[in-house]
Amino acid sequence: MLFLWRAVVGKKIAMAVTGAIMIAFLIGHVAGNLLVFRGAVALDAWSAFLKHNAGVLWAVRAVLFVSVVLHVVAAVQVTLLDRKARPQAYARIQPQAATVASRTMRIGGLLIACFIVVHLMHLTTGTIRPAPFQEARVYDNVVGGFHIWWVALIYVVAMIVIGLHLVHGAWSWLRTLGLSRPKAEPLQRPIAAALAIVIWAGFTAIPLAILFGLVR
Amino acid sequence: MKLVLRVWRQKERGAPGAFSRYEAPDASPDMSFLELLDVINEHLIVSGEQPIAFDHDCREGICGSCGMMIDGVAHGPMKATATCQLHLRHFRDGDEIQVEPWRAAAFPVIKDLVVDRGALDHIIAAGGFVTAQTGSAPDGNAILVPKRAAEEAMDAAACIGCGACIAACPNGSASLFTAAKISHLGLLPQGQPERARRVVAMVAQMDREGFGNCSWHGECEAACPKSISIDTIVRMNRDWLAACIMPKEKSRSEEGG
Ligand code: FES
Repeated sequence: MLFLWRAVVGKKIAMAVTGAIMIAFLIGHVAGNLLVFRGAVALDAWSAFLKHNAGVLWAVRAVLFVSVVLHVVAAVQVTLLDRKARPQAYARIQPQAATVASRTMRIGGLLIACFIVVHLMHLTTGTIRPAPFQEARVYDNVVGGFHIWWVALIYVVAMIVIGLHLVHGAWSWLRTLGLSRPKAEPLQRPIAAALAIVIWAGFTAIPLAILFGLVR
Repeated sequence: MKLVLRVWRQKERGAPGAFSRYEAPDASPDMSFLELLDVINEHLIVSGEQPIAFDHDCREGICGSCGMMIDGVAHGPMKATATCQLHLRHFRDGDEIQVEPWRAAAFPVIKDLVVDRGALDHIIAAGGFVTAQTGSAPDGNAILVPKRAAEEAMDAAACIGCGACIAACPNGSASLFTAAKISHLGLLPQGQPERARRVVAMVAQMDREGFGNCSWHGECEAACPKSISIDTIVRMNRDWLAACIMPKEKSRSEEGG
């Protein structure tokens, strides 16, 4: 494994695999979250179910933790490498193909890392308490938090950043792993874009619905 | 037509450089961009100044010698066009155009717009070859090449090694160049014996030369005067991964021949 990591392509492969793991997690996460629209009983039951299977829960958490660490370490390393690869910037540069998504992967990734910390401290551990926090009362914690406009705003903005990260990441990981089929327009990414929109919309609907009183 | 160029002037490797402004009051729209530089150079020589150094050879888009950043775009504003094939009719009268050499740590500037692209030769030397019997030419149909492989290998073989992909890449990655060579050889039956060894060696050399990583911006493909697809990089990664995680496969194909 270590010899893979030593090559730059190997680091990108690590980023692709861990990125794919995180995408899979996000799909499950958003599906679970949407239970909030079915009421307190459904959401709290889902949370209790997860807590009940502590072994699986902690295994998933461990895999995610390792994924995040590898993803970030590789990202930092290739970023430093790229800086060294072009020590002198162009006086004038006009991008021809790069997208907003591709060009914000690094800054977006940094913001997402910060958001994950805040999010875990808010709704998992309850360390940050904009609203009263009760263990195992997921529904109340979520609804209580998103009633506060700036909490909802932080989440809505974070979801835009994550959605943008996915527009590029959900497409490029398959390319890095060499799994994409040749295409006439290789830069087109309808499936990744659709996936990013679905995940973004699912997550964003929750704070907005609560803030505007559709879920109470 | 009148054009103004702001050209990077640098005396020698490692020397500090700066942009100088040159006016071409009577450029013809039918001139190529290199001919515009020729005209400016003639004036510079007459007035006793150093002419602008730039690489060129065939001037018909096939040798890969020419190449510069023209207004922040590798090889200028025309798609699938090398600098020598870019004509002034694609600019507007009175335009002020910024001209810069390729910039990458692995491409040190030798003088003005000329950079040392030896790093690309090192990547080729690491594995961009096939073992072939010397002597008389082989029989035309002795080795059958599938149609699709022939097409895709030819598309990749169109690479002229100009370095625009590296110049245009925000990461300074040489992935498209290397992938084009790997696809070109790896798709053909003649390239199979060294296929696994080749991809490992060339990718390792790419790292050693100090190029950046591929993060799929797609700038290389857009800059390529031969429109080589980033799908070649998918193939390179796939071959590299296969060669790394299936070393048995590798030795078998090496013995196979
Ligand atoms: S001079 Fe040969 S490709 Fe431009």
